[in-house]
Amino acid sequence: MRKPIRHLLAIAALLVPLLAMAEEGGATLLPKAPIDIQDTESLQRGAQIFTNYCLSCHSAIAMRYNRLADIGLSEQQIKENLLSATDKVGDPMHVAMDAKDAKRWLGNNPPDLSVEARARGADWLYAYLRGFYRDSSRPTGWNNIVFDKVAMPHVLWAWQGEQALQTTRNEDGTVSHQLVLVKPGSMTRIENGRANTLEFDQRMADLTNYLVYMGEPAQVRRLQIGYGVLMFLGLLLLPLAYFLKKEFWRDVH
Amino acid sequence: MSDEQVDNGRRRFLTVATSAVGGVAVAGMAAPFVMSFFPSERALAAGAPVEVDVGKLESGQMITVEWRGKPVWLLSRTPQQLKNLASLDDRLEDPASAVDQQPDYCRNAYRAIKPPLLVAIGICTHLGCSPTYRPDVAPADLGPDWIGGFYCPCHGSKYDLAARVYKSMPAPKNLEIPPHKYLTDTRLLIGDDK
Amino acid sequence: MSKGVKLLNWIDARFPLTSTIKSHITEYYAPKNFNFWYFFGSLALLVLVLQLVTGIFLTMNYLPDATLIPGTNMSAAFASVEYIMRDVHGGWIIRYMHSTGASMFFVVVYLHMFRGLIYGSYKQPRELVWIFGMLIFLCLMAEAFMGYLLPWGQMSFWGAQVIINLFSSIPVIGPDLSVFIRGDYVVSGATLNRFFALHVIAVPLVLLALVAAHLLALHEVGSNNPDGVEIKANKDPLTHLPLDGIPFHPYYTVKDILGAVVFLIVFAVIVFFTPEVGGYFLEANNFFPADPLKTPPHIAPVWYFTPYYAILRAVPSFAGTQVWGVLAMGGAVVLLAFLPWLDRSPVKSIRYRGPRFKIMLTLFIIAFFGLGILGVKPPTAARTLVSQILSVVYFAFFIGMPFYTRNDVGRVPVPERVTESNGRRKLIFVVLWLVLIAAASLFAMTI
Repeated sequence: MRKPIRHLLAIAALLVPLLAMAEEGGATLLPKAPIDIQDTESLQRGAQIFTNYCLSCHSAIAMRYNRLADIGLSEQQIKENLLSATDKVGDPMHVAMDAKDAKRWLGNNPPDLSVEARARGADWLYAYLRGFYRDSSRPTGWNNIVFDKVAMPHVLWAWQGEQALQTTRNEDGTVSHQLVLVKPGSMTRIENGRANTLEFDQRMADLTNYLVYMGEPAQVRRLQIGYGVLMFLGLLLLPLAYFLKKEFWRDVH
Repeated sequence: MSDEQVDNGRRRFLTVATSAVGGVAVAGMAAPFVMSFFPSERALAAGAPVEVDVGKLESGQMITVEWRGKPVWLLSRTPQQLKNLASLDDRLEDPASAVDQQPDYCRNAYRAIKPPLLVAIGICTHLGCSPTYRPDVAPADLGPDWIGGFYCPCHGSKYDLAARVYKSMPAPKNLEIPPHKYLTDTRLLIGDDK
Repeated sequence: MSKGVKLLNWIDARFPLTSTIKSHITEYYAPKNFNFWYFFGSLALLVLVLQLVTGIFLTMNYLPDATLIPGTNMSAAFASVEYIMRDVHGGWIIRYMHSTGASMFFVVVYLHMFRGLIYGSYKQPRELVWIFGMLIFLCLMAEAFMGYLLPWGQMSFWGAQVIINLFSSIPVIGPDLSVFIRGDYVVSGATLNRFFALHVIAVPLVLLALVAAHLLALHEVGSNNPDGVEIKANKDPLTHLPLDGIPFHPYYTVKDILGAVVFLIVFAVIVFFTPEVGGYFLEANNFFPADPLKTPPHIAPVWYFTPYYAILRAVPSFAGTQVWGVLAMGGAVVLLAFLPWLDRSPVKSIRYRGPRFKIMLTLFIIAFFGLGILGVKPPTAARTLVSQILSVVYFAFFIGMPFYTRNDVGRVPVPERVTESNGRRKLIFVVLWLVLIAAASLFAMTI
């Protein structure tokens, strides 16, 4: 792969880890998203990004605000930082925008995001949130490397800045696509010719983390109960049932 | 069938032990089903406390809000109505609110935190109809002794303006006062008093 | 006489309580040589009970309503499943138990049926046991298919759309039949409502009746065993009890309890640690709410249907109709019912059969697994070819059976009495099968 020589602003540095998209529609390899649903601080940051930026257009009606007690937030904190003026803490996360307006402005109703993480997977979401690039052929002016022709604009462009899609033809004839940071945002920098997207990536990791949590809030509890159940069954009930069987079957020859 | 001695002691122990631990396993498996019967988060949210603004409530005026699917009356009693309350004691079944139909802070002469405002659940303690507010004095249908109160049309139970039931009514108890508290001078929270 | 005994006598004079318990449990004599393969009948009963109980509790909170919640792309049905997962206390456990139980039902039932194949449990006088079992299998497939529609996700909707459309390939009556089944021109709320009623009440009632019939037919003739020897042929001259039989209670109650505990451990691992099982028990795509305007790029049925789905896709159109694939798929299931009459071997158990049956059965297993894996993947020319070959193998197992089982007797003669378990034989057997299944799977996965 040859790095193209570009004009001043476009510094070619690997921004998004390579998304290998071979021409014949082979597997799209996505980098592993750094998920840790036990990291309550990350989840809280993610919750704040979600409620402040996503709920303007998307709903998450299966998720109640007061469920965020799971991730260490008190009712007071939820009310002060995450609730809109009209919502109560027991309410589900309704969308701010009217459905008819959404259709008119965006051409599509933004889907409800309650279980988006279970449908798409964390890796896809992490790549999607960092995968917007400038595309003048699109009505919003933006396209996305994992979701071609997406109707959603790049909501967080002020944080990430602008990326461009770079296409390179490999020796074996396949085509690779890469994203290149063309203009930095408030959370990205271009230093010494290399793009530093650490802060933005971390925020997107927080948001992805939150979406994974929101997809199944019971998951941490599920694992905890699971360990208990397995220990009970495996260490207590199983040996007893086994010896009971062995004892009675001594009769049988 | 077998030549060796059947160790009944061991057999009994293992049977009892396995049954006991098995019983715990069954109880554990039953737990989520039993839990699912308790009010869900949706029911709890719908039954959450309700905030009411009484700043614009005029003297003698009553408004109704809904809490947990029930009507809650907020009545601002006039000074005359408040004065009349004491005179009714011997006609009432439970004038001192001895029966537990109100929070402790409402077990007083006015059955209220701040005397003018009555907060009561508008459901008759007989069979559950919602009584009507009758502040008018000596109307034709309620007789000359009526100085204002609540009248339940279903079976004729009568309550005074502190929601206390009269003697010899079908209804046995005073109307229930829900837990509530003042958030500010004019904002109440119905359903929570912590 | 104690009060308890008096009460029992009162009941027994009016209801066959003690006599039923005796004839079916405490004095029902089963062969003493049941092995690993004999756990799966009682496990199937356990899973049935689990599904019924979890199903009832899900029904308390589930809404069979396809209308969208205003302002969102989620139907009331889809939202009600998430309501169960989040707002109903303990709801997520109940939901995962039901989804895991559905797949485990098929794991258990396939293994249960496999036992029948290897030990000739379907042979005379147990043909009716086998037929009731086949009817249970059909009901189970219908039950699973209809249940899968209920969450009203993308796979629910489009899977149902595709499968019901199969009926429209039937000549003449096809399209009208599909409309009749759906209650509408496309899969819609009407379909959801009727599938809900059928899934919750109708099919479970039929299943319960069939399971009762299955067990009654079994107990009438007595169980088979891994040696295929009829234990009733050798009775004790004094007691008239089978020499190689033991009472079901306490020996098999205690053994089945152990089996149940092992099963529940596996069940708990799945429910609590990996309820989605990599997308096979709970498909990722089904977390997208159903969208009649957007077809998913890849529609595949749940894993337990994939062998039959692969056969369906393998058969090409012919003479202007695709009904042949439908017939092949149906035939693949229905042929199983004819085993008692297709199998001409004088020998029941694989232990005493000749090499021809063993080879054909091995090929059948490879074909079943191979087809199952191919059924999950999008079709390509290579995969379709392999599916066709494997389908031929699958059908050859049945259609050729009257020929290759005649006179197919093994070197070891059928014993008079049941034999002790042979550890070496077990090990060879298990290793061989695992190697074969692994090889078949690897091959199918890499195509």
